[in-house]
Amino acid sequence: MKRAFRIIAQGVVYCAFAVLVGYFSAAPAYRLLDDGEAQIKLSFAYGGKPVGGCRDRSAAELEALAPNMRKAQVCSRERVPLAIEFELDDKMIYKNVLPPSGIHGDGPSRMYEKFVIGAGEHKVGLRLRTTVRDQGWDYITRRIVRVDAGDNLAIDFDPVAGGFVISGAKGGG
Amino acid sequence: MKALQSVIRTPFMWVEGWLDWAFGPRWNPMYYLGGLGFFYFWIVAVSGLYVYVFFDTGLTEAYESVESLTHSQWYLGGVMRSLHRYASDALVVMMVLHIIREFAFDHYRGPRSFSWITGVPMTWLVIAAGVTGYWLVWDELGQYVAVRSSEWLDWLPIFGEPIARNFMHEGSLDDRFFTLLIFLHIAVPLILLLVMWIHLQRVSYAKWKPARGLALGTLAMLLVLSFVQPAVSHGPANLDRVPLLLDLDWYYLFAYPLVDEWGAGTVWMIAFVGTFALMLMPWLPPRRRRPAAVIDLDNCNGCTRCANDCPFSAITMVPRTDHQPFEQQAKVDPDLCVSCGICVGACPTAMPFRVSSDLVPGIDLPELTARQLRDKIHTLAEKLEGHSRVLIIGCKHGIQSRKLVGDNRVAIDLPCAGMLPPPYIDYVLSKDLADGVAVVGCRAGECQYRLGQEWSEDRFERRRDPNLRKRVPRERLARIWRAPVEWRRALADIEVFQQNLTRLADQSETAGVKLTKRKEPQS
Repeated sequence: MKRAFRIIAQGVVYCAFAVLVGYFSAAPAYRLLDDGEAQIKLSFAYGGKPVGGCRDRSAAELEALAPNMRKAQVCSRERVPLAIEFELDDKMIYKNVLPPSGIHGDGPSRMYEKFVIGAGEHKVGLRLRTTVRDQGWDYITRRIVRVDAGDNLAIDFDPVAGGFVISGAKGGG
Repeated sequence: MKALQSVIRTPFMWVEGWLDWAFGPRWNPMYYLGGLGFFYFWIVAVSGLYVYVFFDTGLTEAYESVESLTHSQWYLGGVMRSLHRYASDALVVMMVLHIIREFAFDHYRGPRSFSWITGVPMTWLVIAAGVTGYWLVWDELGQYVAVRSSEWLDWLPIFGEPIARNFMHEGSLDDRFFTLLIFLHIAVPLILLLVMWIHLQRVSYAKWKPARGLALGTLAMLLVLSFVQPAVSHGPANLDRVPLLLDLDWYYLFAYPLVDEWGAGTVWMIAFVGTFALMLMPWLPPRRRRPAAVIDLDNCNGCTRCANDCPFSAITMVPRTDHQPFEQQAKVDPDLCVSCGICVGACPTAMPFRVSSDLVPGIDLPELTARQLRDKIHTLAEKLEGHSRVLIIGCKHGIQSRKLVGDNRVAIDLPCAGMLPPPYIDYVLSKDLADGVAVVGCRAGECQYRLGQEWSEDRFERRRDPNLRKRVPRERLARIWRAPVEWRRALADIEVFQQNLTRLADQSETAGVKLTKRKEPQS
């Protein structure tokens, strides 16, 4: 009788362990977005124009260099920080100045941001400054996009394609 | 720290006591947490190999191959997939319990710090292996894990272009991604296996596998679970969509909602600080080291018993350095010695009957020498009188002996019950220093020094040298292996033992009277 109780107890332990393993293996469910919400991902990696131009080296400067290093011109490596503004429905939701990467600041500026928005139609406005100047923008995109709940609207930047590239939108003007 | 350990240890002891009853000490799962984890690792490996045979690396092929395996081959492939997942989850449960238990029982300092420290990176490797597995399925969950993992990793300033840009939208990912992942999903467990091997290097007689019955029981449990609740995929990944509701595997993916909630930087900080704190724990706070066992070459005959019995490989046999006619001598590595005295209990020269020479065994513990032990027994025995005199040999890590002493009971605590050389029991009884000896130590799986209880039992049962001589009346020896929380039951055991000793004394007296009566006519 005692042995039977012990076997039953073992079964209870195995069952409890199975329930523990089985339950937390796939529960409780985790909700990423609420009903009626969608997401925008804004990300790019792009190197701005160099901060300074090139200048000729003086004869004294050239003389000070090793013969194999005597290049007549010296150019700035540092790239301009990129200024970006992102408006959604005429409201500024992201504004930043992205420094160039690299020890000498000669690498691309990078960004990756996510925004949760409501499903439906939205007015998207994007501005990017990639050259040395205080005013104005080098790239401007304005679009009306429509997203359904759970959509992921990806906004990348590709100057070859003309600037900002929006993918995942259902349409709009 | 000690208070925290005590708070955690107490429930462990109660549960282990109950499991001792249900499973018996040989099958008690709590005594095989590491071994069970290793067993689950092999289930994961074997089931993973099977799943791998049918897995296709490709953006759409990955999901389709897993779906096909799960549904068209539910009776084998589906079960293998489920086993792969549930054994992985069970591995995490075992790993976490193992860490908590080793902490609670203070099994992570001194020579054990090596196992503790090598165990810390294993937690990372186990999680990494599991996470890469979820990516491979490339369903909505895999998509979430991939995106969030890369966003989490991107926080570290070590990557050039953000990895998360690979998952911007459908079309930004190619098939090579899966080739890389499958490599990672195989390489990480292989590294884990190597670290597991290193993890056990400083442990003698490591319980790296569970008892067969327990292994079969737990395998059957996982199989039943796999049939009752098969592991299934979410919908296929679509980077143009955000999965709204996910059935997370919380054992592996617990950190991801935290990344969502607190941000990648905070979770990295918690992970780094936690890992660093775990690594430092063996020295938090630093503890005074007790003097290591010492060899007396004049008395060491190179029998190897101490080296065989040492739970931490602190003793090795080396070529003889003196002129005694033996090939080997024992050598103690003080850095590995935990001063448990189990080696003294194994030494055949720890013989209290010695009269021709001083009692100095081949290996001795400076903290409590074999001679001091004999002297203490004599001193304590003087306090006893009557027919139920009991000498309790206790363990400093077990039940506090002050709770057990009392009416005609005296106690002496050893660093471990395994330190007691069996001839001492013979000595106490044959010299009539007590009517009975009660050895009170920790339960089988709870010995502070791992093997003290097991070796003691083996010596008393004459399965291991030096064994208890046959002439020792077994009814005058009580072996009580109980947890500190069970001290009342241990006390009751001793009281019953004393009653038996009284009964034995009465029987002897009666027999003595009869014998005398029988002898009278002859004289």
